[in-house]
Amino acid sequence: MEFFRIRRDIPFMRHALVLNVISFITFALAVFFLATRGLHLSIEFTGGTLVEVQYEQTADIERMRGVVDSLGFGEVQVQKFGTSRDVLIRMPARDDIKQTEVAGRVFAELCKAESGTLGTRQYTTPQGEQVSRPSCTAASGTEPIRLMRTEFVGPSVGAELYQNGALALLVTVLGIMAYLSLRFEWKFAVAGIIANLHDVVIILGFFAFFQWEFSLAVLAAILAVLGYSVNESVVIFDRVRETFRRFRKLNTHQVIDHAITSTISRTVITHGSTQMMVLSMLIFGGPTLHYFAVALTVGILFGIYSSIFVAAGIAMWLGVKREDLVKQGGKEIDPDDPNAGAVV
Amino acid sequence: MNRYPWWKYALLAVALLVGLLYTVPNFYGEAPAVQVSSGKATVKVDAAMVDRVQQALAAAGLQPDFVQFEGNSVRARFADTDTQLKAKDAISAALNPDPADPRFIVALNLVSRSPQWMASVRALPMYLGLDLRGGVHFLMEVDMKSALTKRAEALTGDVRSLLREKNIRHAGIVREGNTVDVRFRDDATAQQARALLADQLPDLDWQLSADGSGGVVLAGALKPEAARRVQEQAVKQNITTLHNRVNELGVAEPVIQQQGLNRVVVQLPGVQDTAKAKDIIGRTATLEVRLVNETAEAREAERGGTPVPFGSERFLERDGRPIIVLRQVVLTGENLTDAQPGFDGQTQEPVVNLTLDAKGARVFRDVTRENVGRRMAIILFEKGKGEVVTAPVIRSEIGGGRVQISGRMTTQEANDQALLLRAGSLAAPMEIIEERTIGPSLGAENISKGFESVIYGFLAIAVFMCAYYLLFGVFSTLALTFNLLCLVALLSMLQATLTLPGIAAIALTLGMAIDANVLINERVREELRAGASAQVAIQTGYEKAWGTILDSNVTTLIAGLALLAFGSGPVRGFAVVHCLGILTSMFSAVMFSRGLVNLWYGRQKRLKSVSIGQIWRPDGAKPAAEA
Repeated sequence: MEFFRIRRDIPFMRHALVLNVISFITFALAVFFLATRGLHLSIEFTGGTLVEVQYEQTADIERMRGVVDSLGFGEVQVQKFGTSRDVLIRMPARDDIKQTEVAGRVFAELCKAESGTLGTRQYTTPQGEQVSRPSCTAASGTEPIRLMRTEFVGPSVGAELYQNGALALLVTVLGIMAYLSLRFEWKFAVAGIIANLHDVVIILGFFAFFQWEFSLAVLAAILAVLGYSVNESVVIFDRVRETFRRFRKLNTHQVIDHAITSTISRTVITHGSTQMMVLSMLIFGGPTLHYFAVALTVGILFGIYSSIFVAAGIAMWLGVKREDLVKQGGKEIDPDDPNAGAVV
Repeated sequence: MNRYPWWKYALLAVALLVGLLYTVPNFYGEAPAVQVSSGKATVKVDAAMVDRVQQALAAAGLQPDFVQFEGNSVRARFADTDTQLKAKDAISAALNPDPADPRFIVALNLVSRSPQWMASVRALPMYLGLDLRGGVHFLMEVDMKSALTKRAEALTGDVRSLLREKNIRHAGIVREGNTVDVRFRDDATAQQARALLADQLPDLDWQLSADGSGGVVLAGALKPEAARRVQEQAVKQNITTLHNRVNELGVAEPVIQQQGLNRVVVQLPGVQDTAKAKDIIGRTATLEVRLVNETAEAREAERGGTPVPFGSERFLERDGRPIIVLRQVVLTGENLTDAQPGFDGQTQEPVVNLTLDAKGARVFRDVTRENVGRRMAIILFEKGKGEVVTAPVIRSEIGGGRVQISGRMTTQEANDQALLLRAGSLAAPMEIIEERTIGPSLGAENISKGFESVIYGFLAIAVFMCAYYLLFGVFSTLALTFNLLCLVALLSMLQATLTLPGIAAIALTLGMAIDANVLINERVREELRAGASAQVAIQTGYEKAWGTILDSNVTTLIAGLALLAFGSGPVRGFAVVHCLGILTSMFSAVMFSRGLVNLWYGRQKRLKSVSIGQIWRPDGAKPAAEA
């Protein structure tokens, strides 16, 4: 089997202008949505309380909202989580209420609404572990509602996470830039990082547009995908350098076309494989991993696009020349050249 | 040319065996167990407890798989839950003669079912994070301001008593925030005081200045390094206190760790009842110093013959002997600022050094002066029940607030005693700033979902690789399996905590790791396309792909390290697995897959073709090397 039967170099750079314009528009849109809609940050960042409950039957969201609203915790979000029986309730952090008690009060109130009595269930699991958990028991002895998970994050922690997240992004970008300029030269470093930051902004734009929840896990996914897509650009740049050395007659345009064409097979197969794994997470990972996988999917797809069309394009606009990469004289075949090697 | 020296094969084989050994414990599952831990701060569980548990079990005719001491608890594993329940009752009856006042917590628990010999080479399963196992997580912030205030308050008292001792007249001592201000009427006295205080209280930095009304103010500020030490100690003491309290929940693997400068993480797997957990964590124990009643009447009562005399109470010492103590309280734990183990300057015996605040020092001096030769008892009250930590004899009047308890102690005993004296209360109040509870069913669901994601993703990649690259695809798949094995083994070896983001990181790392094999396979194909002979193509393919693999892994590693450095909680779990995964993938994708290729093709001198899928040529010529 061979998917890529390419007879001659595909003239990617001929369309560079059009593609860069498209990129720019997507980028501008992403920035626009980020500015107007903003990110729907999870309580990890904003601080607040989260309660996940599971009903025996399909949950009545409207009624629940009424119950929780009556407690007066401010702007409360009630939404289904994964299935129709699982419900997630989010409450903002407030100074006037003791936050560590909020989750308990919400559960007690919801339990009352189901005319159950609050208690503690103590039992030993079939494996032989003692469990003692808060429960809500109806008159018939069944549990109409179960507390699955609660989370409380203080506002100070949230602010700190926000800061650390931004710092992690900054360090990653600087680290990768430093590595690229060491490994190649500054034009490639700039091109590579712009291309991949453009991915990051677009992922964020997606999250802003659809108002998907932006959590710590999503941030981790974005950073992971940033590191991952940069190596795509690295592979192409490596090829560009090699092509400059081998084919002295080609101009910059043709060199970049040749480099991209000869690596495209690897690019698509690699990303395809990674995407298969991510798809598996999207399908089987459940609601907790959902947005993590979504961020990776968007990141991988745009990663392919930006490495092929954006990174090389920007390098070209920045005016990469043979002299930048190939030292004059007979040195270009120096076997000890630290910049040699790394080719696909 | 494609041959590895024997030692490389040996290295791979060893890696494979070690990987298997450390991965396997994760698949044994868990067996029912009974855990014995201390129920009181004054009770210590040590290796001797193993024998007691064994005896109790033998007496009840129960056969445990093993009984072992680990950390600060003893665990006995059983074959089934029936035996486990019987064992719990038997151990409970043997260790806690008075069920109303349990000295030990006997709880039902789960431990790994892996065989003993594996545990003895530290081949243990990974810890499961709370999101996979259910439990509560608290992040608590220590109120450093109040720790510093407390220290400054104590120093203020010290200054007062020092000046009084040396008869230096001052015009008032006040604490302003974390500085101590001492007023003097004239400069000469101030200079004299400064020399004394700078010498005696090295924690403070003294500054002289004129006040408005002709007097002089000597201001002592806590030195930055001293402040830092106070904060460090406050966090440490709080952690110890938390350890003591958490023991009572009978949790198998509680995590109590410092995070950052002023935070403490408490994770209690298996606990669902946050209210109870918070209650236990927030509980205060109090310390009281009282005089021992040593009248003949009391002696008789000690032996159990007569009732306790009026105005006295009966307590137990740590070794279980009764002691009769007066009801009148001399001092409480509030007056005790510090307790540290140390050594006597002359005899080199282990001792415990107590530091009292100014008020405590004054009271203590008066009491010791009047009661030389008598005994005093230091009692720790927990849950309303007191127990005597130590009851030393007063040898002489003790002034200055520095007390030394000595006498036939081992270093360990001195350490324990100091710890107990400090366990009275938290060094500084703590506030819960993050709280999470995860129900047990949700945890189980998360495990199966995470596991399924990895398995199905892995299968999809494996099928594709084998179909597209044929035999080389099989090698790549085997290398990927080896990678997974190494990663899980490494995580188990490090005893890392596996969380759902961690499982996601395993999945993602595998998805990314296949990149290296794609690079190699594509490169080998390209060499074949260019007309290289089979052996040369393999050789150059691997060689040329290596640089790119290194490059791409470095960039991914940069992102992973940034996450590790700045991430917290779930992101950290992700980052650890991600970074380790990148390292193992380099080893497995390059060295292991090459090893397989070499083993398969390396010996064939006249190799005509390699099975790596179709080599298509743009000029339409018949491929030289087709699978």
